[in-house]
Amino acid sequence: MLTTLLLIPIVTAAALFLGFGNRTWAKGSALLQLALTLALWFRYDQAKAGYQFIFETNPLFPGVDLRYSVGVDGLSLVMLLLTALVTVAAVWFLPQLEKRANLFDGSVLLISAGATGAFLAKDLFFFYAFHELALVPTFLLIGLFGSGERQAAAWKITIYLGVGSIVLLAGLVDLLMALPVSSRTFDLQALQQLGAAHMIPAAAQIRPWFLLTIGFGILISLFPFHSWAAPAYASAPTPVAMLHSGVLKKFGLYGMVRLVLPFLPDAFHQPVWGNYTAQDLLLLALLGNILYVGLVTISQRKLDFMIGYSSVMHMGYIFLGLASLNLAGLSGACLLMFAHGLSVAALFAVSGSLRDREGSLNFDKLGGASKSVPFLGICFAMAAFASIGLPGFANFASETMVFFGGFSPGATSFQKTATILALWGVVISAVYMLRAYKAVFLGQPTASSTKWTDLAGSARFALALLPLTLLLGGVFPRYFLSYLKPTLEAALR
Amino acid sequence: MFPPISLEILVLALGFILLLAESFSNSTNKRGLAHIAIFCLGWIFAISFFTAPTPATIGAGSYWNFYSGDGVSLVFKRIALLTTIGVLVLALDYEAALAKLLPSAHVGAGTGEFYILPLFTCAGLMLMASAVDLVMAFAALELVTISFYVLVAYARRSHASLEAGVKYLILGALSTGFIVYGITWIFGLTGETHFTKVAEKLAHLRGDDTAILFAFLLILVGLGFKVAAVPFQSWVPDVYEGAPTPVTAFLSVGSKAAGFLLFLRVLEPFLGVHSILPKVLQVLALVAGATLIFGNLAAMPQNSLKRLLAYSSIGHAGYLLTAIACIGAGGGLLLGVGATVGYYLFAYMLMTLLAFAVLTLVSVNSKGEEIQQFNGLSKRSPFLAFAMVVAMSSLAGVPLTAGFYGKFLVFAQIIQAHHWVLLSLGVITVGAGFYYYFRVVAAMYWHDPQETAPITVAPLSKITISLLIAAIFYFGINPNPVLSALRTSAPSVAAAAH
Repeated sequence: MLTTLLLIPIVTAAALFLGFGNRTWAKGSALLQLALTLALWFRYDQAKAGYQFIFETNPLFPGVDLRYSVGVDGLSLVMLLLTALVTVAAVWFLPQLEKRANLFDGSVLLISAGATGAFLAKDLFFFYAFHELALVPTFLLIGLFGSGERQAAAWKITIYLGVGSIVLLAGLVDLLMALPVSSRTFDLQALQQLGAAHMIPAAAQIRPWFLLTIGFGILISLFPFHSWAAPAYASAPTPVAMLHSGVLKKFGLYGMVRLVLPFLPDAFHQPVWGNYTAQDLLLLALLGNILYVGLVTISQRKLDFMIGYSSVMHMGYIFLGLASLNLAGLSGACLLMFAHGLSVAALFAVSGSLRDREGSLNFDKLGGASKSVPFLGICFAMAAFASIGLPGFANFASETMVFFGGFSPGATSFQKTATILALWGVVISAVYMLRAYKAVFLGQPTASSTKWTDLAGSARFALALLPLTLLLGGVFPRYFLSYLKPTLEAALR
Repeated sequence: MFPPISLEILVLALGFILLLAESFSNSTNKRGLAHIAIFCLGWIFAISFFTAPTPATIGAGSYWNFYSGDGVSLVFKRIALLTTIGVLVLALDYEAALAKLLPSAHVGAGTGEFYILPLFTCAGLMLMASAVDLVMAFAALELVTISFYVLVAYARRSHASLEAGVKYLILGALSTGFIVYGITWIFGLTGETHFTKVAEKLAHLRGDDTAILFAFLLILVGLGFKVAAVPFQSWVPDVYEGAPTPVTAFLSVGSKAAGFLLFLRVLEPFLGVHSILPKVLQVLALVAGATLIFGNLAAMPQNSLKRLLAYSSIGHAGYLLTAIACIGAGGGLLLGVGATVGYYLFAYMLMTLLAFAVLTLVSVNSKGEEIQQFNGLSKRSPFLAFAMVVAMSSLAGVPLTAGFYGKFLVFAQIIQAHHWVLLSLGVITVGAGFYYYFRVVAAMYWHDPQETAPITVAPLSKITISLLIAAIFYFGINPNPVLSALRTSAPSVAAAAH
């Protein structure tokens, strides 16, 4: 069943590359993917928790427990749901192309397949491999169909992520080497149990911790490895920006929760520089994301760059939740991964639609758009409010938990200080999001904006799916948290 | 079941028969020869699965003690056979370009030996895979090298090809001199040429180590030329660029595989000498690091794809040497160094042949071998463009392609050996690799074509390219068939790592 979920986009993409089919196939594939994900979501047995729907082959490596194996638990289900929702929205925002539309559509589906594969892999190798597979279509699409400085952006993202992946690979191998020979395995389920048994001595944790945190950090655009993200997202075609910032980037965070927290919990408390621990270092980096990148975001004059930087900034909150090392913070972080993915995808969808209509996303050239495109305006407003953290949206629930996590009784004074500083980030994001909304949708309509036509037909449903799910998550956060809780408890044990 | 030596005999016999047939036939169309050769090599490849592995017997009076037909050597023999088949397919595609570069009265005349000489190279490669004696190894190496001297300079009207031939001949002869001198020193020290006996004698040698180190360095220099290790790499770009493209592919795969196999075999006796082991590993790490940096960084500014592939082949030699430099680390997570090198070479063969197959077709149909000839290839031939994407991704080390497992195994070796300098060099050079390999992808998809004529691909080439693509994906997901063949037979080299 899980393999089917993975094969749907891959087979459709292959058919499109070979010249069969058209855009309807891509849409069908995305809907099928969503339907199957929902079926999994409701058939998942919450009472049993743990990995379910497992399928695995024989070992692929002589003498090593490395095999093609898939399975989902609560955390991967939430990520798969995010993937499926954003994929549906993304295929409805595929641009109209004269030529090579099939190449475009197939590559977008391949990116989605890469994310899907990474989230449902139960084997460390395939977890890594599927993510990196998505690099090739991303490179092609940004360079070929992007806007602005598209080729420079494509190079930057590819080399950054390529190097990040290699650092990550080194970290993964180092992590495995730190385990005793007899218990070395690539199986995530078995690794989870090993992690609970505290197999690695505290002193040996620090090196793999650094390799993994830097490797994942590059993929997540953790400060100071963040400079690739905003230009790439600004230049990328709309569906690529939606899928990459919304889904693929979450792979790194997912990996932090899956590997770093359960295996290397003691590394967080190891002093690395004077009295400062690794946790302090991570807090400093994430404050860079929230405060420094936050201020950079305020200074942006173009909508797409602003959204790109805001997405980098919000990674800081997710890291804050991870660094708290307690259930409240971690649950908040995981729910925020889901919520941020949906809100940033919606924002990119709207900004992409505006770019199709106007050509430029300079705040000076835009204004009063809510008169001509009210639907886009409402969606943007909802996603922007969600992104600021207004109550009623899933982002609010999760950010609250993140802050509670940072202020829990066990928190160090440095952690509390960092949390208080991070709270100011909410103000920063309110400033830039509201300013952007005002500059684009309110005020005097520009000459060209009066001629725009609003989003029509099924694309409305595809876009509305994202903010509506955010509302659902904001009203019933416990429903989503009930899926996450067993996995996260196991990770923290 | 056949004895392993029957494979070499069959290949050699095939070569001689075809040579005779070529000289006595009146037909000016030589393509038939290549087809016969490909067909027969295919059969020999099939026969190789019905041979019983027979390790060498050491002892007085056993004639075959210089020849080991063990499982690992069989894997390398298969690699040699497949490479030769691939090269012959490429040579058929290249015929149109080659015919123009030959001083002959009519099209096709004089191309016969171009299809037959690779058979002798193949026999040399296969013999070298089995050589467990210094003299035998040297004779096999020379069979490979001498047939390459002819092949590199085959396009007689091309100045580049002649220049490449002369450069390759002079530097090749020089490196041969180093190897022979090294062998002489080993013989002088031990009085033996058989690897096992040399290892025994060396381990118990008393007195000064300088002589052993000197012998090692001589061999390292000689083989450094063959595998294109820095600082003995200067011939590579010119020779690769000047040689006919199928020969370049053969050089890059066959010559490298042979060099590394011999390297591993010759290294083994020296690893047993504990007093010089740290120095040996230090020198190896130094050479490996320099090769990694030079190959990968120098590949970045290249405009000719052939030169780019030449530098990239130096870079890949760097990864292989890195794995070898970590040989002292002992067993652990994955496999021994021998299996790592073996798998890497196998993956390298698949992706390099694929890249050169596309390059041959594109260069025959365009006016050069620059990267800009690939501009807009996705419009001229989506099939070839896709094949090139697969080859480049695999060379860059994207997961789910065969090349990734190779890099993965190498990195595992480095981390196992705690070689942090080499690890950081590896990370940097992989980043550089992403840049220069993806430049080709960018040219094919981002830019508009200079020529618009679509490229037609002959059925045989289409099948070969499709098979290579399928193999790259298959072994990128399931490397087990190759790895278990390399492992179950417990390669002596991997055993030396402990």
